[in-house]
Amino acid sequence: MRVHALAIARRDLLRERRAGEVLWVTIPFAAVALLLIPLAIGTDQPTLERIGLGLFWVVVLLFGVLIAIRRSAAETPEQRDLTALLGLDPAAEFIGQAAASALLLLGFEVVVGAIAVVLYNIELALWFWIFIVMFSAGVGLALLGTLASVIARSVNAGPTLVPFLVAPLAVPILLAATQALNPSESTRSILSWVLLMLITDLVLVIGGMLSARSLQETR
Amino acid sequence: MTVESTKYTSDVTALQPQLPIVALDSVSARVGVTTIIRNADFTLLSGEVVGLFGPNGAGKTTLLRMLATLHRPASGIVRVLGSDLSGPGRFDVRAEIGLIGHVPSLYSHLTLRENLEFVARVVGEDGGSVQRVLDAVGLGGAASRRAAVCSYGMQRRVEFAREMMRVPRLLLLDEPHSALDASALGMVEHLVRRVCDSGGGAVLASHDRKRVEKLASRSVELDRGILS
Repeated sequence: MRVHALAIARRDLLRERRAGEVLWVTIPFAAVALLLIPLAIGTDQPTLERIGLGLFWVVVLLFGVLIAIRRSAAETPEQRDLTALLGLDPAAEFIGQAAASALLLLGFEVVVGAIAVVLYNIELALWFWIFIVMFSAGVGLALLGTLASVIARSVNAGPTLVPFLVAPLAVPILLAATQALNPSESTRSILSWVLLMLITDLVLVIGGMLSARSLQETR
Repeated sequence: MTVESTKYTSDVTALQPQLPIVALDSVSARVGVTTIIRNADFTLLSGEVVGLFGPNGAGKTTLLRMLATLHRPASGIVRVLGSDLSGPGRFDVRAEIGLIGHVPSLYSHLTLRENLEFVARVVGEDGGSVQRVLDAVGLGGAASRRAAVCSYGMQRRVEFAREMMRVPRLLLLDEPHSALDASALGMVEHLVRRVCDSGGGAVLASHDRKRVEKLASRSVELDRGILS
């Protein structure tokens, strides 16, 4: 299973490296979104500092979904037939796809996060927690996006269904990520938010792996 | 690659009793509400090559997809390599089935070598076999070209290279000679021979009756859903 998951992740990262969707399309658009928000709500510095972190996570959610359902990771029916006939474990396929998306999402969070810190002068808690929160949120959104893509494909709904599936299920991740990095939170409180994210990630991993085979069959 | 054209049944089968690779018992298949195949009975034995003929829309591709476990029958029993496809056994036999369809399944952003390396990793082959099969299909020099910029014929050759690398026990070819130039035609026969020599069987769906009949040990017709 590990070999299959690694092969899938490697394939997806290679496809993304060639297509360059995240680097040349998603990140620049997310940066533009972060730039435009102050123009819409005003450039009052205390307001931006207060809501900057929340805006960052909203941008990560909206554009993170685009990363999870990126065109370079889309598969034709013939490619799906091929992976099935190679004897690829559907659970390994799910984990491999999610791992590739998670790596891309982490890179996206780092770049867009740096832009948000500069633009909104966001005050951050300890760097250790920033890393943990970004990791947990990135993995969670990647798992959620991958699972939503597989569900949408299995019901022949196309990518338009994905945001409808992701948005409500991303609430715990978004809420926990925003609250965990809030400078007024105590270490104990941060830990409980991080735990919420890790539990969400675990539920998504288990749910994705258990449903992978039946979702593959209905597609 | 030069391979003689002869009707083919593997020598392996002369030494051992022929085992059924595929057995269909009163099988019907639907696509949507349309019945494509009606009460089909069919057996493919080990070492056997069967030519499948029929007009456009007769159900050849649906039949091949059903044998490949990718299309569920509406009724009847389909057994592939001893497993009843209505049960969970269909997952276990998938890795033993090779299907080359009309539309290539290559990843367009990856090079020809990378496409085959992905398959090699999944099936546990070493990297050396990738170059070997690319050379065998005459694409050793084009290995670093992206699939997107390769012709349809070249992409088809890569699909044959993929199956040469993994040598399935059940080989299903849909229009195997389509888009292949004269120098590549022997490749089809070479692959079919390898599969049959290792105790497998092959079904070749085609309109090119002349070429397939040279290779097949027997032929079946599919017309308006009736297999005869």
